[in-house]
Amino acid sequence: MAHAENSYYIPHGSHWPIVASIGVCTLFVGFANFLNGVSWATPVMVVGFAIVVFMMFGWFGTVIKENEKGMYNSQVDMSFRWGMFWFIFSEVMFFAAFFGALYYARVYSIPWLSGDGIGISTNEFLWEGFEGSWPENANGPANIGGEYTPMPAWGLPAINTAILLTSGVTLTWAHHALKAKHRGQLIIGMILTIALGAFFMGLQVVEYIEAYQHLGLTLGSGIYGTTFFMLTGFHGFHVTVGAIILAVILFRIIAGHFSPERHFAFEAAAWYWHFVDVVWLGLFIFVYML
Amino acid sequence: MRANSLLTKALLGVFGALATAGITHASQPINMTVGVTDISRDVYDLHMIALWLCVVIGVLVFGVMIYSMFAHRKSRGVTPATFHESTTVEAVWTTIPFIILIALAIPATKTLIAMEDTSNYDLTVKITGYQWLWHYEYIDEGVEFYSVLSTPRDEINNLAPKDENYLLEVDNQLVLPTGKKVRFLITANDVLHAWWVPDLAVKKDAIPGFINEAWTNINEPGIYRGQCAELCGRDHGFMPIVVRAVESDEFDQWLADNTTNSPEEIEEVEVEIEVSAVTQ
Amino acid sequence: MSTVAADDHHDDHVESPYSIKRWLFTTNHKDIGTLYLWFSFIMFIIGGVMALIIRTELFQPGLQFVDPQFFNSMTTMHAIMMIFGVVMPAFTGLANWLIPMMVGATDMALPRMNNWSFWILPFAFTMMLSTLFMDGGGPAGGWTLYPPLTLQTGDALPFVILAIHFMGLSSIMGAINVIATILNMRAPGMTLMKMPLFVWTWLITAYLLIAVMPVLAGGVTMLLTDKFFGTSFFNAAGGGDPVMFQHIFWFFGHPEVYILILPSFGVISSIIPTFARKPLFGYASMVYATGSIAFLSFIVWAHHMFTVGMPLAGELFFMFATMLIAVPTGVKVFNWIATMWRGAMTFETPMLFSLGFIIMFSIGGFSGLMLALAPVDFQYHDTYFVVAHFHYVLVPGSIFAIIAAVYYWLPKWCGNMYNERWGKIHFWLSTIFVNLTFFPMHFVGLAGMPRRIPDYALQFSDYNMLATVGAFGFGFAQLIFLFVVIQAIRGGKKATSQVWENAEGLEWTLASPAPYHSFTTPPVIK
Ligand code: HEA
Ligand code: HEA
Ligand code: CUA
Ligand SMILES: [Cu+2]
Repeated sequence: MAHAENSYYIPHGSHWPIVASIGVCTLFVGFANFLNGVSWATPVMVVGFAIVVFMMFGWFGTVIKENEKGMYNSQVDMSFRWGMFWFIFSEVMFFAAFFGALYYARVYSIPWLSGDGIGISTNEFLWEGFEGSWPENANGPANIGGEYTPMPAWGLPAINTAILLTSGVTLTWAHHALKAKHRGQLIIGMILTIALGAFFMGLQVVEYIEAYQHLGLTLGSGIYGTTFFMLTGFHGFHVTVGAIILAVILFRIIAGHFSPERHFAFEAAAWYWHFVDVVWLGLFIFVYML
Repeated sequence: MRANSLLTKALLGVFGALATAGITHASQPINMTVGVTDISRDVYDLHMIALWLCVVIGVLVFGVMIYSMFAHRKSRGVTPATFHESTTVEAVWTTIPFIILIALAIPATKTLIAMEDTSNYDLTVKITGYQWLWHYEYIDEGVEFYSVLSTPRDEINNLAPKDENYLLEVDNQLVLPTGKKVRFLITANDVLHAWWVPDLAVKKDAIPGFINEAWTNINEPGIYRGQCAELCGRDHGFMPIVVRAVESDEFDQWLADNTTNSPEEIEEVEVEIEVSAVTQ
Repeated sequence: MSTVAADDHHDDHVESPYSIKRWLFTTNHKDIGTLYLWFSFIMFIIGGVMALIIRTELFQPGLQFVDPQFFNSMTTMHAIMMIFGVVMPAFTGLANWLIPMMVGATDMALPRMNNWSFWILPFAFTMMLSTLFMDGGGPAGGWTLYPPLTLQTGDALPFVILAIHFMGLSSIMGAINVIATILNMRAPGMTLMKMPLFVWTWLITAYLLIAVMPVLAGGVTMLLTDKFFGTSFFNAAGGGDPVMFQHIFWFFGHPEVYILILPSFGVISSIIPTFARKPLFGYASMVYATGSIAFLSFIVWAHHMFTVGMPLAGELFFMFATMLIAVPTGVKVFNWIATMWRGAMTFETPMLFSLGFIIMFSIGGFSGLMLALAPVDFQYHDTYFVVAHFHYVLVPGSIFAIIAAVYYWLPKWCGNMYNERWGKIHFWLSTIFVNLTFFPMHFVGLAGMPRRIPDYALQFSDYNMLATVGAFGFGFAQLIFLFVVIQAIRGGKKATSQVWENAEGLEWTLASPAPYHSFTTPPVIK
């Protein structure tokens, strides 16, 4: 390819974006109807989801093919880097909204409902006798969802922290192996990372079952249950996505992609994984420990 | 040029319209009320200070700009200057607005602190917003009642001529004493509302599950009208507030023989709330 | 390293403008820019017709034409259409057209994603508009979507929320593309401090977008789970707080309003020097002022919530921080005037719209400053005074800047000059009617007319009538715009590459109309 290193590749038209729009739109329409209790909603959702998956195979497949053909110069590579980096930043802000909600509930709404600060009359006239606290008794004056036991930090969550941190290490190890051309180590590192991610998710499921069955803690357990499950739930979703991305990378490694110098997709997946890791640390501190 | 003559005509038309409106209906208010409390007067003064400040800054800034538009136009054969920076002027026009703002912030801070001081009250009224009416409860006085829009539906639907207080009248007015510090505990039962009486300069959101505090101390007896000031659904425009301020002893008298709503009546209204929609 | 366009053999082969495939599949920044701009105009008509329905109902006191619930959903939809469907796409369209040309690039950095950013919009807005026909009607809780009222929405609710997610996805991808283009695609020698201000303001806007759109997404997700999955974010009985939503919304919402104005500042900063024939005054301070505005925009959000009953310290903090924004904004205004000072001005249509912008945006800014005074905001809040404020900054602000930009760069885009006389008529009619529409709103607002009401007390009738007349006038005046633009696209006096006597910047070194791929060899920057 003559133009590889000195020209910025501009694809000549692509039908994937419009497929993506149709797919996501179908998925959304299905989901919205599902929430409204419409009977035919589920098949629509499934179709939408299938289109999205098909699109992702097609779109990313095209990009991978182009890349393998050497059509991307280092400037294109840089565009991808900026793109991925700021995408992750936007994800951080999405989590920030939920962390913000947790902060607000703990520092303002629960104390106000309990009569602290500007909440004196609120407590006196509307919720007399309510004494909220955190993490116990944080399901509001109406005791929404009934009695519950908060999730302790030093059981499964601590183990999960160790697991995710280890997975960050194994991933870095794999990265070094990639750069040093140790293919065996690279593949083992990737498998370990993905396995740790899966293990984490497994324990997370155990934790949820524990919460629902033994602790009386559900998504409906007032603001405590709400913030607990929404934060850990969205995080778990991101771990799952991250693990899938890593799996794709693993297959590409096995297929012989990536060179010690050029392996942006690997790095992007690694950034994403580390981001998920850091969010977990935030969760461990603010949701479980404090 | 044709465009210019068209423009002149259009301009004349608009100003003509504005002027006619101004002359024939000089009675329609165009400014904030001074109100009937010390706070409302402070607020009004602050508003006028800010307004005149903006007018003066505007006249100066736009004056310079318009002068430049006349003096520095190509058709007058000027050659453009080439200067394009000056740290000194930048510093000046950063500092001066800053100082002006500080000058404005000081009285605003004072007024705000006074408005938020709900201590040492003489009387407490709990106000609850419903879709779409208000409930008033005189705490520790055993008096409570609902207050609903009393404008007839025919007036709203243009089937009858509109009364002077169209949309600003209720069945049961909130009676308050003058010269007493009245504390309001404001909350809501369903969605957000906001309790607002311009003459008292009180506007506070009514939030389900929380109580907001506000206060007033009315100087003059009279009838003061306000409206719900937070979108609360289809009849948000139809849940007015009417305060009747009376001398303190008259108020005590009113409280004493008040049986505005018996418990049964209250229940009746509560049932009605379920189905109420003024505009259906 | 150069930035030559991809395969030379299919490089300059441009499909006919009548091919649907070209528009559906395009990865070209100019095509996509064009799509964005036309989409924006169509939404402007839809949002504008909604505004006219509002104004028609408010022509006189009494309920005359529409049901109050429908009125509320018109208010809500009007705002959503105008903000997410008109101003944001129009600016993204301008960014697409201009940024690659201004920084000396071939195209946007991520062309396929660029296509998707646009092609989300028709789907998202179809979804949004379709809610008007659902059981329970469209969303009617105001564009601010405050719970609990918004949770009373009927079948429309999940559609509205998912449509907002969809739009957010589009804006975030658009913003990422802008950032990648600006940071990575500049021609050699185009240092950051040499970039035109339009590029600078868009860079900063893009950061605002990726910082706050996800927060909005989070907020509306919480609405969704509160409604359908039993969470208690906004339910006091469960330990939440309806006001929490307002904090989340305005943490998005206030930066959002600067998203709607910063690119306008960039446009005005491009146009004024051209027609004053004098370089922009205080370039560096313009950049810093934009940065300061963006920074401050993150710490002022609760000025929309002075009446919710915050602790006093909070109210004071947000009041002071809000007032501060007047300083960097003032710097901008003063710099524009200093640019005009001792220049040699001519008053072509883009210049007229820019001058109108400066004056009327400032008027809106002044009322903003008045609103910032918390104790007085208790009287202003949720009245037409606020409506007057934000329409001054949005209509003769953002919309005028967009119109100015279209007149200014249109000859570059289509190769023909527009009709100057009709352009001027368009300006004068727009200016007169926009003031006729929105100035009286200050009066009724101060006199006590709440916003979001379909019917009002008698003392507000005269000025409402004027506003309605103005609104129709303003709407019809925009037909001139449509006509002038179409006329220029179809023919007219050929434009030179420089188009305007004193225009500076890389885009004016390209031919008019600009070639399909902007800079296939990077330009030399002095
Ligand atoms: C383009 C959009 C835009 C812009 C640029 C602004 C700019 C500003 N806005 Fe506005 N605002 C909105 C869009 C915008 N706003 C919207 C949409 C709403 C309502 C949302 C809703 O509720 O639906 C709103 C509401 C709103 C409120 C809430 C009102 C209420 O609901 O009670 C407040 C309160 O502080 C406010 C303040 C300001 C301030 C201080 C500025 C400042 O940035 C203005 C600064 C500019 C100037 C001051 C003029 C130029 C300066 C000089 C010439 C220098 C010298 C001047 C002085 C020293 C005074 N705005
Ligand atoms: C960028 C944003 C933007 C823009 C451009 C506008 C433009 C206009 N707005 Fe809007 N408006 C908002 C943002 C905007 N608005 C927001 C955020 C709110 C708050 C919502 C809320 O409370 O939740 C609001 C609310 C709002 C209200 C208050 C409603 C209420 O409180 O109940 C009113 C009332 O008059 C109004 C009027 C208008 C008018 C007359 C225009 C005009 O400028 C529109 C003119 C345009 C056209 C008319 C279309 C173009 C016309 C043609 C192409 C010609 C052909 C058409 C015909 C003439 C039929 N708007
Ligand atoms: Cu009650 Cu609006
Ligand atoms: Cu704001």
